[in-house]
Amino acid sequence: MEFSGVKRRKPRLVDNQKNACYPHSLQFYLQPPSENISLIEFENLAIDRVKLLKSVENLGVSHVKGTEQYQSKLEAELRKLKFSYRENLEDEYEPRRRDHISHFILRLAYCQSEDLRRWFIQQEMDLLRFRFSILPKDKVQSFLKDSHLQFEAISDGEKTLREQDLIASSPSLSAPSPTQLDLESVYKIPFADALDLFRGRKVYLENGFAYVPLRDIVAIILNDFRTKLSKALALTARSLPAVQSDERLQPLLNHLSHSYTGQDYSTQGNAGKISLDQIDSLSTKSFPPCMRQLHKALRENHHLRHGGRMQYGLFLKGIGLTLEQALQFWKQEFVRGKMDPDKFDKGYSYNIRHSFGKEGKRTDYTPYSCMKIILTNPPGQGDYHGCPFRHSDPELLRQKLESYRVSPAGMDQILDLVKGTHYQVACQKYFEMTHNVDDCGFSLSHPNQFFFESQRILSGGKDLKKESSQPDTPQAKQGVQKTKDASSALASLNSSLEVDVEELEELLQ
Amino acid sequence: METFDPAELPELLKLYYRRLFPYAQYYRWLNYGGVVKNYFQHREFSFTLKDDIYIRYQSFNNQSDLEKEMQKMNPYKIDIGAVYSHRPNQHNTVKLGAFQAQEKELVFDIDMTDYDDVRRCCSSADICSKCWTLMTMAIHIIDRALKEDFGFKHRLWVYSGRRGVHCWVCDESVRKLSSAVRSGIVEYLSLVKGGQDVKKKVHLSEKIHPFVRKSINIIERDFERYALVDQDILGNKESWDKILALVPETMHDKLQQNFQKDHNSLQRWEHLKKAISKYQSNNKNDKCGPWLEWEIMLQYCFPRLDVNVSKGINHLLKSPFSVHPKTGRISVPIDLQKVDQFDPFTVPTISSICHELDAITTNEDEKENGAESDIKRRTRDYKKTSLAPFVKVFEQFLENLDKSRKGELLKKSDLQKDF
Repeated sequence: MEFSGVKRRKPRLVDNQKNACYPHSLQFYLQPPSENISLIEFENLAIDRVKLLKSVENLGVSHVKGTEQYQSKLEAELRKLKFSYRENLEDEYEPRRRDHISHFILRLAYCQSEDLRRWFIQQEMDLLRFRFSILPKDKVQSFLKDSHLQFEAISDGEKTLREQDLIASSPSLSAPSPTQLDLESVYKIPFADALDLFRGRKVYLENGFAYVPLRDIVAIILNDFRTKLSKALALTARSLPAVQSDERLQPLLNHLSHSYTGQDYSTQGNAGKISLDQIDSLSTKSFPPCMRQLHKALRENHHLRHGGRMQYGLFLKGIGLTLEQALQFWKQEFVRGKMDPDKFDKGYSYNIRHSFGKEGKRTDYTPYSCMKIILTNPPGQGDYHGCPFRHSDPELLRQKLESYRVSPAGMDQILDLVKGTHYQVACQKYFEMTHNVDDCGFSLSHPNQFFFESQRILSGGKDLKKESSQPDTPQAKQGVQKTKDASSALASLNSSLEVDVEELEELLQ
Repeated sequence: METFDPAELPELLKLYYRRLFPYAQYYRWLNYGGVVKNYFQHREFSFTLKDDIYIRYQSFNNQSDLEKEMQKMNPYKIDIGAVYSHRPNQHNTVKLGAFQAQEKELVFDIDMTDYDDVRRCCSSADICSKCWTLMTMAIHIIDRALKEDFGFKHRLWVYSGRRGVHCWVCDESVRKLSSAVRSGIVEYLSLVKGGQDVKKKVHLSEKIHPFVRKSINIIERDFERYALVDQDILGNKESWDKILALVPETMHDKLQQNFQKDHNSLQRWEHLKKAISKYQSNNKNDKCGPWLEWEIMLQYCFPRLDVNVSKGINHLLKSPFSVHPKTGRISVPIDLQKVDQFDPFTVPTISSICHELDAITTNEDEKENGAESDIKRRTRDYKKTSLAPFVKVFEQFLENLDKSRKGELLKKSDLQKDF
C-alpha cells in the first residue's frame, strides 16, 4: 500500500468490479489492500475504526452480547461511522472498502505490545461475531465457501439419520425440538478443527468428523480468526521498523493506540462562566472522582505536585476557568499553605500561563483524556493524580466511593467492572449512581465530558447546545486538498493531536 | 511355565535379542513403508541397561544397525520416543532450538494402580483375574471411540507386562497431531475426575452424549459379573458405605436397613436401583442428577487415562516386545478379536520362551545337518515358541498399515496421473 500526500484520482471502478472486490459485508481480512490512498484518508480511516472498536468494547461491557439492545446499538454505531455490517443494502462498496483498509491500518498500530494486541483481537472478534450473527442463512454458506473454509453442510437426509445423536451431543440444540434441527444447518468438519467443541464432548463425532450445528460453527470460525489474526500481528510487528521509518506515519502510528478521538474540550464557549466560589460545590456534584480527589487534596494540603497540577489545572481550564481565574485560584490555595506569594509568582505562575498557551511555544494545551490519565504517568507516593478506578487499591476505592455516598449495590457493580479493567465504564456507573439515572447516555472517555454531561443533567439539559455535537475528525473541516508535503500535512492535523504526540513522547522518554 | 528369575535376565536377554526378537516386523512397523525419508533414522529410542543405567536419544540407520546395537547393549527395557527433525544420536551437534520432536503415534497408557480406590481384590502393582476385567472393559470402550468416533484405523493394543495395557494409534494423520489436539482427545475420553480427596468422581449432565451412552452399554455387559460377583462391591459394610457416599444422604438409612437384610451384592444392587429411581422421581432438579445409577457404574468401571502420557509428542513409552524386568513377561500385542479371552497370566515370559527355544533347538540339531543359514533359522525361531501367535497379531496389524499406505499412494498417483 502506498501513501501519497496528494489525493490521487483513483480509476473509477464499474459496479460489477466493485462488487467483486468485496462480495460480502464481512471478511476475515486475509488480503491486505493494494490501492493508494492519501495520508488524510489514512488517518481518518484509522481514527474512525478506533472509534468503532472502542464502541464495541463499551457496548460489550454495558450490555450482554447478543441481546436486542447490544445488537441494535452496535448496528447504529457501524452505520454512523459508515462501516459495513449488513448485506443487501445499497452502495455497499464504500463501507466495505473502508472496513478493509482501516483494519489493516490499525494492525500497524496495535501490533506493538501484548496488551494492545489482546485488546485489538478481542474487539475485532466481537465485531466479526456480530456481523456473522446478522448474516442471512442463505448467505452463510457462500460466505464460508468464499473464505475457503472447508465447512460442508450436510443434507437433510443425513441430518435425519443422526437426529438423536445430534440433539444429544450439542448443548445448543435443546431436546425435544426436532423442528429446530430441521431449520438449522449442520456442518461436517474434520474433528481436529473443532477442538474446543469435541474436547468437552459438546459435539457429535463420527468417523473422524464433527457434526457442528450452525451456532457452534461461529465459535470455530472465531477461534480460527483469532489464531490467524494473532499470527498476522506477530508478523506485522516484525516488519514494523520498515513502516515506522516512514516519517509521515511514525507519529500517527505511535499515538494512534493512545489517541483520544473525541472532543478535545480545549476551546470552550463557556470560558468565564464558572466562578471560583462555585468550584467546591461543583467538585462534589459534577466532577469525576479523579478531579474530585485532586480538588480535595489541594484544599487539604494547600499544595499539589506537578502531575496533579497538570491534570487538574487543565481540567479546570476545560470547564471554563480563564487564565486570570486560574492564577488566582492556585495562588490563593498555595498561599494558604504558607507559601510565599512571591515564590508562587516566580515558580508556579509561569507554568500556569504556559499551560494556557501564553508562554514559550504558545501551544494551548488540552485537558487530559481518560486514556491518557489511565495509561501514562501513574501516581506515586504523595501524588493524587491518575484515575482512582485504575490506580487506587480496591479497598481504598471502596472507602472513597462510600464517602461519596455510592450505594452498596452500585458499589459491587463498580468494583466488578474495575476487576475486569473496565475503568471508564466503572466511572460511567459512578456517574449513573450519583446522578440517579439508569443509563448515562454517553460513552465516557474524558473527564471534561463527565463534567459537561453532569451539568447538562443538573441544569435540565437546556443550554450548552453547541458543545453537544462532537466535531467530525479534524479533516472534515478542511476543504479540497491542495498539494502538501508530508510534514505540513501532519501539521494541518488538529493541534490537539499534535500536542498529544509531543507530550506523550516526553512522558514516554 | 518356567518361573522367572530376574537374576537370569542378562543371559536370557542375550538369547532373546539374538534369536527371538522380531526385528524384521519391528522395523517394518517403524519404517512405515519408507515413504518419508529418514523417518526411521530420526526416531528416538531409549534403553535402560543393567543397574538402571538409562540412555536417551538412541537412533539407528536401518534394521541391521538396530539389531547390532540391541545385541551389543542388551537393554533391560526399550522405550520408543518421537520422530525428530534430526538424528537423535546427533542432537548435540544441532543448533540450539533446532532439534525438535515432530511426529509420534498417539499413545494411551491404562494402569491398574489408578483403580485402587474401586477394586477390592488387589492394590498397587498386583493384578488378578478378578480385576483384569477392568482392562478388558477399558479396551472395548476406548477402542470403540478411537475407531468409530475419531475414525482412527490403525490401533495396536499391547500388554504392558505387568499391570496394564498400552495403545499405539499409528495412522499417518494421527502421528502429526499437535499436543493440544492429543490433550483434547484424552479429555473427550475422560469421565472419572478427582483424586483421593474427591468422593464422587463422576457427574453426568442432563444430556448424555453418545460417547457416554455407548460406553455405558459396554459396561452393562460385564457389570453384574465383574462388580457384583467378582468384586462384590456391596459385599460388606465397609464396601457398601463407599457406595452410599455417592448417593444423597436421605437415602442412607433405608438402604442400610435393606443392606443388612440382603445376602449378597446382587440383591443389594437391586435395592439400590429401586431407591434411586424412587428418589429421582420425587426430587427433580436436586443436587443429584438424573443418572445416579450410571454414575456409580462409571466410577467403578470406566477407564482412567493418564493425560501426560498421551499429550506430549516427545513422551517415551515402553516398546512392544520389550521385556518387563520384574515379571519377565513380554509386552505382547493383544488380538482385538479376542480381547475378552486375553489372559495376562498366560503371556509368555522370557524364561519360558527361552526354555522352549532350547528344547526345540536340541531336537532340530539332532535331525538336521545345520545346512541352513543362521538368519533363516532365526526367522523361524520365534515361530516355534509361544511368542508366535502374538507376532502373528502384529503382522496382521502391519498388513493393514501396508494396505492403507498402498491405497493412499494409488490415490495420489491417480490424482497426478502417474501410471
